[in-house]
Amino acid sequence: MKSIDFREIEGRSLGYYALLAFFGVLVLIGLAAAYYMETNGHHVTGMNNQIVWGMPHVFAVFLIVSASGVLNVASIASVFGRVMYKPLTRLSGLLAITLLIGGLCVLVLDLGKPDRLIVAMTIYNFKSIFAWNIFLYTGFIAVVAIYLWMMIERRMNVYTRPAGLLAFIWRLTLTTGTGSIFGFLIARQAYDSALLAPMFIIMSFAFGLAIFILYTMSAYSLTGRPLGDEILRRLKNLLGVFVASVLYFVLVYHLTNLYMTAHHDFEKFILLDGGVYTALFWIGQVLIGGVLPLVILYHPRLGHSRRMIALGAALVLVGAFCQIYVIIIGGQAFPLLLFPGKVVSSSFFDGVIGQYRPSLPEIALGIGGVAFALAMATFAIKILPFLPASLADADVDPHQTGTKATEAAHA
Amino acid sequence: MSIDRRQFLAVGGAVVASAALAPGMRLIELAQARSPDQAVSNLQRWGMLVDTTRCSEGCSACVTACNKENGLEQDIRLDIRPQWIRKVTLRDENTGYVQTLPMMCQHCEEPPCADVCPTGASFRRADGIVLVDRHICIGCRYCMMACPYKARSFVHENLTDQRAEIPRGKGTVEACNLCVHRVDEGRIPACVEACNADGGKALAFGDINDPASDIAKRLATQQSAEIRADLDLNTGVRYQGL
Ligand code: SF4
Ligand code: SF4
Repeated sequence: MKSIDFREIEGRSLGYYALLAFFGVLVLIGLAAAYYMETNGHHVTGMNNQIVWGMPHVFAVFLIVSASGVLNVASIASVFGRVMYKPLTRLSGLLAITLLIGGLCVLVLDLGKPDRLIVAMTIYNFKSIFAWNIFLYTGFIAVVAIYLWMMIERRMNVYTRPAGLLAFIWRLTLTTGTGSIFGFLIARQAYDSALLAPMFIIMSFAFGLAIFILYTMSAYSLTGRPLGDEILRRLKNLLGVFVASVLYFVLVYHLTNLYMTAHHDFEKFILLDGGVYTALFWIGQVLIGGVLPLVILYHPRLGHSRRMIALGAALVLVGAFCQIYVIIIGGQAFPLLLFPGKVVSSSFFDGVIGQYRPSLPEIALGIGGVAFALAMATFAIKILPFLPASLADADVDPHQTGTKATEAAHA
Repeated sequence: MSIDRRQFLAVGGAVVASAALAPGMRLIELAQARSPDQAVSNLQRWGMLVDTTRCSEGCSACVTACNKENGLEQDIRLDIRPQWIRKVTLRDENTGYVQTLPMMCQHCEEPPCADVCPTGASFRRADGIVLVDRHICIGCRYCMMACPYKARSFVHENLTDQRAEIPRGKGTVEACNLCVHRVDEGRIPACVEACNADGGKALAFGDINDPASDIAKRLATQQSAEIRADLDLNTGVRYQGL
């Protein structure tokens, strides 16, 4: 088969610079917001002593989870030998790195003491899953960078597979680590579930792929490069499988919670009378992020329209956001159960639903992180050959699959 | 934190000496017996016993004393105001019986806050007091997520009028430290002192590892309970009459 012709994008059009400038402005606004929050203190945000992790964490977790998921495309090619995905591997690795960096920036800028980042990087408490995650995240960036190097540097191509395998294992660990941040919070009913870590992994598959599809579609249509129907069809079908799996995990999570009597009141809160959280769950997460995309992606006619595929992927991301919001904010809003069988009250908001209204600076910081990730990727595809010159069906060769073909492609 | 042989002998000697001299008064003397350059020892475990039957709804002497002692009196919006100790009112869902009690950091033996803290800023001193080192806390608030008792507060704004011996600062997390500065001087926490002076005498403080101390004797002979005992954290603060 033909070898894939990866080529830098030209990136000299007005549109390209306008796009970068647009991302740049968003990044600057995000930085300004972070500065504003740090100098004033978190009292200018919607966070308080009840909801201690707010919008920045929603964005950060969204980006970090997606980062590990977006690498899935490359893993399918390098680890599972699906040759069809091979042209997509580089972009997949690139987005994995930039999304992760974007997420980490948001996380760090939301610290009470971001100036003490150096402390966090030098003093570790190895019991803390947070400390482990610092290694997992920096290691992930390094591992994927090496993986990219093996792919881009012709002499190194033979090592693509082991590097890809390492990156694949690393990303599973990373998402498990991210999910475990919540899994360790045994005292909070929302997170007292062994299902959280695997659920994060499957969420990462879906969110990452949705971002990948949208980014690829935009990049190819903006640069006028051909993008075949067959490759899109495969990607959107895969997205459908992941979205369905997320729904399934969500179902199992809530069913097991319902099975445990101690968690009934929490389930009632999320599923029935939690106000904004209930709405976000049913309308945002389940309907917009799950059912609608499934209908669109598998619909015999809609599923073939590019616009509709893009819409489906976008809806998955809207749902993703709602889902993380419900997990993080909803999980905190529900009060800790200290005295079973008692109605509790105090000046410290014991026993009441935590109140949280996302503030503008928090949202600006989060959007800044997303913009930063996209800007880095958009800049990188100009200076290094990340994107194949063509993803037209004939160039991608959809009829050859399996390890053999991958090896042939490597040679 | 490990203690070397000399320290062990010194503390051991203090235990023996004070046991011989003044049974019952030990906890205060022990604290004094440890000179400032000596390491804190795990022979001690500071703890508190709350008799909820003596704690009345209108009283908040402990809270007032804590705020004064630790310089927490700033006028701050309620949802972000640091509260190291708070009065909680409980009403039984079935019988309507109402009781109240003070809640604060329970000084867990296995503190989830310290387990999750990425930098080790949250830590448990050998004598059982759980503290936040305000110099290495990065303000990630993971400990607040992990604490089962909602014992911790985040400092959301710039602080003025702080007390010199109580370091606090915007962007870090804080909680009850059992008035460690007082305990290290051989005094008892401000809340306990206030409750015994102006309140219902519901609070007792002491070394629960010392079988001869009042608190250890009471714990050994009377019913008491941990809050969320199911989590198995072996808290240093225990409650009676729940
Ligand atoms: S009560 Fe909370 S803050 Fe205190 S030691 Fe236990 S977990 Fe830590
Ligand atoms: S907020 Fe401070 S004390 Fe709490 S976990 Fe983070 S670094 Fe540790």
